[in-house]
Amino acid sequence: MHKEFVMGNEAIGKACMAAGVQVVAGYPGTPSTEVLETIAKENDGSIYVEWSVNEKAALEVAAGASYSGARTLVTMKQVGLNVASDPLMSLEYIGVEGGMVVLVADDPGPISSQTEQDTRTFAEYSKLPCFDPSDAKEAYDMIFEAYELSEKYKTPVFMRPTTRVCHSYQSIDVRDYAEYEDHRPDGFVKDSSRWVIFPKLSYVNHAKIEERNAGLSDEFSSNVRNAVTAGTVRKGIVAQGISYANVKDILDEASAQGRDVPSLLKISTPFPFPEKLACDFLKSVDEVLVIEELDPYIERHLVYVCGRAGLNVSIKGKITGDVAPSGENLPDLVQKYISGFMGWESASSDAVKTPELPVRPPVLCAGCPHRASFYAVKKAMKGKETIFAGDIGCYTLGNAMPLDMVDTCLCMGAGLGIAQGVGRVKPDTKCFAFVGDSTFFASAITGVVNAVYNQADMTLIVLDNSTTAMTGHQPHPGTGHTMMGEFTDKIDIENILRGIGVGTVVRQDPFKLDEAVETVKRVADEPGVKAIIFEAPCAVLFKPETPYEIDLDKCVDCKMCIREIGCPGVVLKDGRVAIDEALCNGCGLCSQICPCGAIGKAVKE
Amino acid sequence: MSTTNIILCGVGGQGTVLASKLTAAASMAKNLDVRSAETIGMAQRGGSVMSYLRIGECASPLIKSGCADIIIGFEPAETVRVLNYLKNGGTVITSDRAMMPVTAALQGSDYEGAKMTDFLKSLEGDRIGKLVIVNTDEALRDLGSAKVLNMVLLGAAARGGFLGEVGIEDIKEALVKKVKPQFHELNFKALEYASV
Ligand SMILES: Cc1ncc(C[n+]2csc(CCOP(=O)(O)OP(=O)(O)O)c2C)c(N)n1
Ligand code: SF4
Repeated sequence: MHKEFVMGNEAIGKACMAAGVQVVAGYPGTPSTEVLETIAKENDGSIYVEWSVNEKAALEVAAGASYSGARTLVTMKQVGLNVASDPLMSLEYIGVEGGMVVLVADDPGPISSQTEQDTRTFAEYSKLPCFDPSDAKEAYDMIFEAYELSEKYKTPVFMRPTTRVCHSYQSIDVRDYAEYEDHRPDGFVKDSSRWVIFPKLSYVNHAKIEERNAGLSDEFSSNVRNAVTAGTVRKGIVAQGISYANVKDILDEASAQGRDVPSLLKISTPFPFPEKLACDFLKSVDEVLVIEELDPYIERHLVYVCGRAGLNVSIKGKITGDVAPSGENLPDLVQKYISGFMGWESASSDAVKTPELPVRPPVLCAGCPHRASFYAVKKAMKGKETIFAGDIGCYTLGNAMPLDMVDTCLCMGAGLGIAQGVGRVKPDTKCFAFVGDSTFFASAITGVVNAVYNQADMTLIVLDNSTTAMTGHQPHPGTGHTMMGEFTDKIDIENILRGIGVGTVVRQDPFKLDEAVETVKRVADEPGVKAIIFEAPCAVLFKPETPYEIDLDKCVDCKMCIREIGCPGVVLKDGRVAIDEALCNGCGLCSQICPCGAIGKAVKE
Repeated sequence: MSTTNIILCGVGGQGTVLASKLTAAASMAKNLDVRSAETIGMAQRGGSVMSYLRIGECASPLIKSGCADIIIGFEPAETVRVLNYLKNGGTVITSDRAMMPVTAALQGSDYEGAKMTDFLKSLEGDRIGKLVIVNTDEALRDLGSAKVLNMVLLGAAARGGFLGEVGIEDIKEALVKKVKPQFHELNFKALEYASV
């Protein structure tokens, strides 16, 4: 063992390596992404690691490897679990041979997600055991237990940290390389009575799963991670994850000040719920406050336990309105909940009344090719009845003023179907769907097939920036390299579209503004399904070109450059337009917008 | 043992993360427990960023309002934004250089750093116990590099004794291990630059 300062996600990745994981597959998604990246980075070649095309593919690859006896890891964010849920629901009935950990990162807030769904609730629904770590150290240690449990009961196991655990750093003990486990398997053993799902088998296995989970609930009741800290009064707090850590700090502080404190129960294995332990805890108190994020999962179980055991304990939490139904349990809020529950007066520092602060919503980077693509479509379609169905990625930020080019955004790949649906209701609308290259491969291809087969009238705009930018620049099938460091043939988006039967497919450089506008006008006027692939690499991936500068003698202060495209590189300085040379990456879009020709490449002195 | 609570804030891409990692490494070298948390994701693209850093025993990486011993601000408006985290009489070390958000440009407003630093000065000696405002343009010109603002601010914090048990020598030792040799001299100079 040695000490390292690691991010929660790194801790999980490192623990999987130390536990002898052999096949790792995932699809990027904040806050889960660094788990797989950690393994890929530290891999000596003995572990197979891939970014799969989406979460369903990842889960299936890992399932095959687990059938073959290998320890596997699948990584995704919470909404990715929706995509992977079809294979996972069935896999629970079939089971695994080699241990399988399904890492699903939840995102209270949400900070960077579409939903505040709770994987603990999904665990209960899918019947998979679930671990819920409260910090990086616990996450690290839990992984070994998760693999053991998975192999003991031949079931996939959920590991579900939340954003604050994924992305917080801590100094923890990690194993030395010599302490890494080796679980090299023999390979797949044919047995169709085990691996082929049929109603009869599902019936038999369902009964076994319910029996196992009843036993697991008892086993979890004696798991030391579900720790009880005794208090000084007959009140209790039950918490999980980062909420637990925040509660613990506040109770420790109160204790040190000599206050009476409630008993504290931490739930680290939410499913199957440790009912016996919870029941014993409830017997020691008259009143309980549940501090958890996302669903009132623990709260519901406690109410259930009270009902079954006939306990007269008041349970407070989200259901009773004592804890906010959505958002994070940040320390200030937790303090407020606890103070209210315990009847403590709140001691706070003086709140300062600050002057008005600039808002900083996230924006497309200076030089982002998406800005140019959106602007070209906007100009080309000016005055027409349109729908711009957006999708998920950096390009969702095209919704911001002044571009204002994203009318809808639902989930990855949905834009295609939405554009078709809008057109079905009002056929003379010019329907556009914008989709990023990674999203295209992940979940938009079926939407194109649907459009072509059902003879929709729409324009698909593929925003091909050669990367999965939003989640931190991961490779995908169109980039030509893999997480094993290999170079492969790029899968060509134009060929896919032509293969599906999209008649017109045009590749266009979005930074050639006039040409791009003409292309959009021409293509959008054709009947049926047609596509434009805007090709230009993400600005973050390349060294900036010579920045542009403004000739203040020519500039007439019309501020068109600022009002039209909203690039962070164009700023106001002492009341006049200026280019921030540290931000400008020389894309030249603004120079094509300026009506006076005042913007040009900076001349080096 | 008491915990030292530090908040670093700025705008995405300003180097807050390296400063927080160096301090963590310096603390670990002294066998102190460290926890930290930072914003990752959407917010990085031109948005406000903030790192919490806690040295000493604690359970959560997050810090309550009124509990930060020190705020190290890379941008004056961001410093003001997180001011409520500061304990009464705590320390603020901040850059004076404003970063203009696109939205401000769009609305045609000229956001001024001086307004923020003036506001901070008005709280000095009371809500803020110790205030250090670094003239960033001057500092970077003197040092001849636009990339060392983080070391200027961190150096001021360490030399002023505001990082708990972690002092300037600890930071230097950590820096030698984390940063390429050709940058050592520049970074050392930056650490020593600001007067506290
Ligand atoms: C089902 C699902 N999986 C993963 C994510 C996380 N995610 C958000 S955007 C994105 C990919 C964006 O890449 P791309 O389409 O190439 O657009 P870019 O960010 O490069 O503009 C991913 C994977 C998600 N939101 N939903
Ligand atoms: S990271 Fe790339 S794709 Fe995302 S906003 Fe910046 S330039 Fe655009």
